Formats: sequence, structure tokens, C-alpha cells
Amino acid sequence: MKRLVIKGGRVLDPAAGLDGAYNIYVMGGRIASVKPTDKDTTELVPGVPDLEVIDASGLLVVPGLVDIHTHLREPGYEYKETIKTGTRAAAAGGFTTVLCMANTDPVNDNQSVTRYILKKAEAEGSARVLPVGALSFGLQGERLTEMAELKEAGCVALSDDGMPVVRSSFMRRALEYSLLFSLPVITHAEDPVLSGPGAMNEGAVSTMLGLTGVPNAAEDSMVARDIMLAELTGARLHVAHVSTRGAVGLIRAAKERGVKVTAEATPHHLTLTDEAVSGYETNFKMNPPLRSREDVEALRQGLRDGTIDSIATDHAPQSIIEKDVEFSKAANGVVGLETAFSVIYGLVEEGVMTLERAIEAMTVKPSEAMGLDTGTLRVGSSADITIIDLKKSWTVRPENFCSKSRNTPYAGKELKARVVKTIYAGEVVYGAD
Amino acid sequence: MRLERKDLLAIRDLTPEEIGLVLSTAASFKDVSEREIKKVPTLRGKTVINLFYEPSTRTRTSFEIAAKRMSADAVNISVSTSSVVKGETLKDTARNLEAMRPDCIVVRHASPGTPQMLAGYLECSVINAGDGAHEHPSQALLDIFTVLERKKKIKGLKVAIIGDIAHSRVARSNIYGFTKLGAEVVVSGPPTMIPPGIEGLGCGVTTDPLEAIKGADVVMMLRIQLERQRESFFPTVREYSRVYGLDEEKLSGAKKDVIILHPGPINRGVEIASEVADGPYSLILDQVTNGVAVRMALFYLLLGAAREEA
Repeated sequence: MKRLVIKGGRVLDPAAGLDGAYNIYVMGGRIASVKPTDKDTTELVPGVPDLEVIDASGLLVVPGLVDIHTHLREPGYEYKETIKTGTRAAAAGGFTTVLCMANTDPVNDNQSVTRYILKKAEAEGSARVLPVGALSFGLQGERLTEMAELKEAGCVALSDDGMPVVRSSFMRRALEYSLLFSLPVITHAEDPVLSGPGAMNEGAVSTMLGLTGVPNAAEDSMVARDIMLAELTGARLHVAHVSTRGAVGLIRAAKERGVKVTAEATPHHLTLTDEAVSGYETNFKMNPPLRSREDVEALRQGLRDGTIDSIATDHAPQSIIEKDVEFSKAANGVVGLETAFSVIYGLVEEGVMTLERAIEAMTVKPSEAMGLDTGTLRVGSSADITIIDLKKSWTVRPENFCSKSRNTPYAGKELKARVVKTIYAGEVVYGAD
Repeated sequence: MRLERKDLLAIRDLTPEEIGLVLSTAASFKDVSEREIKKVPTLRGKTVINLFYEPSTRTRTSFEIAAKRMSADAVNISVSTSSVVKGETLKDTARNLEAMRPDCIVVRHASPGTPQMLAGYLECSVINAGDGAHEHPSQALLDIFTVLERKKKIKGLKVAIIGDIAHSRVARSNIYGFTKLGAEVVVSGPPTMIPPGIEGLGCGVTTDPLEAIKGADVVMMLRIQLERQRESFFPTVREYSRVYGLDEEKLSGAKKDVIILHPGPINRGVEIASEVADGPYSLILDQVTNGVAVRMALFYLLLGAAREEA
């Protein structure tokens, strides 16, 4: 049986309450033991077959990162991303588990698409791929999908992400019906009638640029509705890509009165404002849009105090066909898997949150929100491990991405902290020597 | 003399000195249009392409005539007759046009920022002839030119801009242009048509048109798009006209020697009463005449001989 030892690193696992020098022993793809380095008397005999020793001295060792919001684009949009390239990008960014949204073509609204995704992932993937099933057939917001079958096929959550659920009565039924399976419902909270043709945040910058804006109220009102429906039904609601201070306040208040709601924020909404759109650069166009400084501050506060449980990338690959066009015509979305950790570490360095909180928000918290047992190095867990050099600076060069797409808002930026090795189920999937 | 820039994209980018240079150059070209032979050889051998993705009669014709009076060759491309309908991307269209070696592309497009995007791709000059609700720099320059011609100064004047500020590129360019030259600009319109943070561009804001007009030296009326009624920006044309339409009565609060501008085309009896549009204060047709001179100046300053020496 193949064995792997990761020696001498600083192990940080918020789920297990570990922070210190530990050696991690992996056997058969699972964590076999975690021993304090100074008390570890295990003698490794050199030259033993099937034994790999990784020296992690001076490096940070964390549970494999978990991204509960990605778009892998397969099936249907393979020119933007495939399961193969998307999971390679995940591995390069330190992610060992990704949830992929249902807005593929065909939509993942039936078990055959779910099975196709899982089969592809098993054959070509470099990370664990967990499909999110559609809430409604064709993401039309009208007819419930066959959730029992979707769950059986391997879907771990339900969402029409990309398409807001307009009809409140449908959202209510979907939440109610989801109770049968205790699957979380992920809401893309947006009132599309209010956001209309909006191409960016509504405010002084949109006025200056002459672009139609999307007011915060387009998100706030739907977050409020969905929280009330979660309260009404008792279902588990997860709010995707929170971007407004109003939504943070609504979620905080809902949690205080015991509503079963969790939330995520993206690295770009935590670090960039609508000012970035000033040059009409389409790699700053996404939905929800980059908001104001006050919104960014509220998101950071929400992340610190746990209102926002998780960080998720909303990795949304787009090709130049969608992006190298007029701003109002350009597709929404940015890639995020390969820059997420470094961008978030920038916030740690800025003092926005502790490293422990950052790791928690990228491992155990998203796992809990989706009812997964990933995101920890506890003995018996899948050996999903990410090794990071916090001191290593690097410059974002989109042409070097593993992702098929290059639509990053961080091109040319120098970031600190680099993922050096990613281990998924005991196998080194990124950074092999 | 020349503009130390390849493109003219936005008044926001210009210094007061650059605006002054355009205005003085336009003044020197104005009499060309009054001669019997309305042509100077200055830009002989230069090629200008008017690339219009939105319908326009006035602006496109003005640019075309300006180019021809400078002896440049002007070619017009509009959406319905080009490969645009075949689904070619803007970038590909622009690159194909550039391969024919024009010296300048004048572009109008409904999407804000499009001229900026083209300017980044192309080596030739790009002039923004209106991009969505962003800017319409040549319009603001001709408006300022028209006011300067009559008032002999800009500094210290009060300029009221009334109408659909939210969707107006003319308003934005004029706010920048007039305030850069020291005028006070006040915009007015229904709250649905005042975009958030417009005061950040340097103007005052009021929803009361009478307050905006009070003591104004210049009143600029904006064209109201009738389809905005369907989108509930205002209830009816009748009500809009009653509250914001410029008539003699509303105008009585302005300075005695007030002048009226309108970028055209006007909706008679909607945003402006006929008696005002055709009245003695109206410089609406002077604006059109001056538009040619200002655009001649722009071509000269961007493509002219002095630029070749550089």
C-alpha cells in the first residue's frame, strides 16, 4: 500500500484544532496519523518501496481547499473550460474539492448529466468534483427537478446559479421539497427585473462611465425574500456570492434568530471595488458586480465575524469571444481558482483576518455548509492536503494558467503565498517534483 | 500646434489648455465654410472612416463635411450596410478597416467605452462621436465654441442642463467641458433621470427646473427619448413637457441675454416649445454650423502636418 509522509511543516487545521509542527502520515489515500514533529519517533527506512517523503519545512500544510462555487463548463462549453482543465486549475490553486454549478449545456437537471460529469471527473480530474444539481428544469424557475434521482446520482446541493429564481412561489416549493433530502439550496440572489440591463454596480462610477448600474437593492431584496422563505420552510439556504452590505446585515440578523442560512463571498468581491471598471476592462465584469468600498468593508467584517461562513471563487471561465468585446456586450465572470488563496492571503497580511480564519473559510466552513466531510486532516479523512509557501511572491500571468480561460482581474498583479503542492486522496496532483 | 494625443475619447481627459486649443483652431477654420470654395488642402491624402453603429444624420454628416472641407477622404460605414450584421466582432471590424490604412476612425456606438477599446487596438486616431451614455466630446466642444462666440467668455457663466441626464452623453461631456473652463453647471431633471453621484462630475443638481434656470446665462435642453415613457422614467410626455419643457414662462427667470442650446434633433413641444426653439435666444442652428468648424479643428489637430513632424 502506498504511503506518504509530510514532514516538518506548520500544520494548520482549524477543524481539528491543529496549529503547529506536525508530521502527517498517509496510507491508502487516507490520513493515517498526525504526530507532533518534536515527539515523532517514527523511523523511516530509506529506500522502502511505495514510500514518498515530502519535506515541508518552512511551509504551511493545510487541509485541501474546498471551493463550493465553480463553473467547470462541461458539458457544452468545452471551449471555455473542461473538467480536466478546471480541476487542474483547482489543483494548482490548492483546491482538492470543487462543487460545479448546473448551468452547463445540457443543464445538469437530470441524473444522466450528473453521471456524465462524475464519470469525466473520475477519468480526467485532478480534484474531487461534486456536482450541484439544478433546482428547476432548464434553470427556468418553473418545474422542480427530480431531486431524489439527482442526489442518488451524486449531486450534493441544488441551485439555479447563474439564473435568479424569480417566482417566489417556486422558491418556496423548492426549499420545502429539498427538506426530503436535506440538500442545501444555493441561491443566486438577484432581482433580474431590477438589475435589468445593468453592466456594473450602480453608483458614482457607473454614472461617470455612462454604464447602466445594478443597485444593491437587486441583491438585498432577494436575499431578504430567500431568508424569509428559508424561515418559512425550515430548509437549508446558502447565499452565493454575497456582494452588498445590505445582504451581510440581513444574513447576520437571520443567523441571530436561528434561520438555517450560510453564505459565501468571493475573493474579488472582498478585494476590488467598482473603481476597477474605470477603464472598461471586461475582466472586471461579473455578476454580482464589483461594489463600493463600503460594501467591501462590510463583506470583510462579515467574514471576520462569521456572518459570511466561506470563501468561494465563483470561478467562471469565459473565452476571448465573450470577453474581448464591447463592455455592455461582454459576458460576466472571472476565473478564480488559481489566484484565490494568494488573494485571500493578501487580506491576512493586511490584517483583515487571521490566517486560521482564512483557512477555516476555505476548508471546514464550506464543507459544513454543504454537508461534506472534507476540509480536515483528522485521522481517517481523505488525504487531501495543500502545501503552501507563504513567503513566495509571484506575478499573475494568465498565459500560464492551467485553466483554459484567462479572464482574471488580477493579471500582472504580484501576489504573496504560492501553492507548492496539492495532494488529493494521497496522490500528488500538483507540484510533483 | 497639435494635440499631444492620438485620440479624442472624452472631455474628461482634456486639460483646459487643450480645450482652448481646439476652440481657437476651430475659430480659424470657421470662415472656410463661408467661402465660395469651401475647401482647404490641409489634409489632402488623409483618410477618415466614419464608423457608426447607431443611426445619426447630423453628427455623421458633420464629420463627413468637416473631413471633406479639409480635403481628407471620408468613408461612411453604418450598421445596416456593413458586415456588422454578419456577426463580426468589433475588434475584427476595426482591424480590417485599419488594414486599409485610414488615418482616423470616427466611431459612434451604443456601448460606453467602445472608442476607448478601439483606441487600444488601433494605431490610427480614434474620435469618439458618442458612446452610449458616456461622452460625446465633439458635441461639447461645439457647444462651448457656440457659447464662447456669443458670450466672449466661459468663466463665471451659469449653464443649466435640463432633461434626461442619466442617459445623456452630451450632459456628461458638457459638465466636464464647461466646469474645466470655469463655468458653473447645474443639471436638472426628474429624479428618475438624475444618475447617482452626478455631482461628482463637478456640477450642481436640482430637480426643480426653475431653480436651474434662475440667473442662467446658458440653458441647454436635452432631447427626451420618447421610449423612456414605457420604462417609467416619466409618466406621460404631457406631464414631462409641463414640468420640464422649456417655454417662455420658465425662461423668464434666466438672465436677459440667455442663450438656448439643444444638441438636436429637437422634439418640438416636448422638451422645448417652438417659440423658444425658433426664438431670438436660440442658437440651435449656430451649433450645427459650428459643429463643422470644431470637427475640422479636431481632424487638423489629430492628423495635421504638425503631428507628422513629431
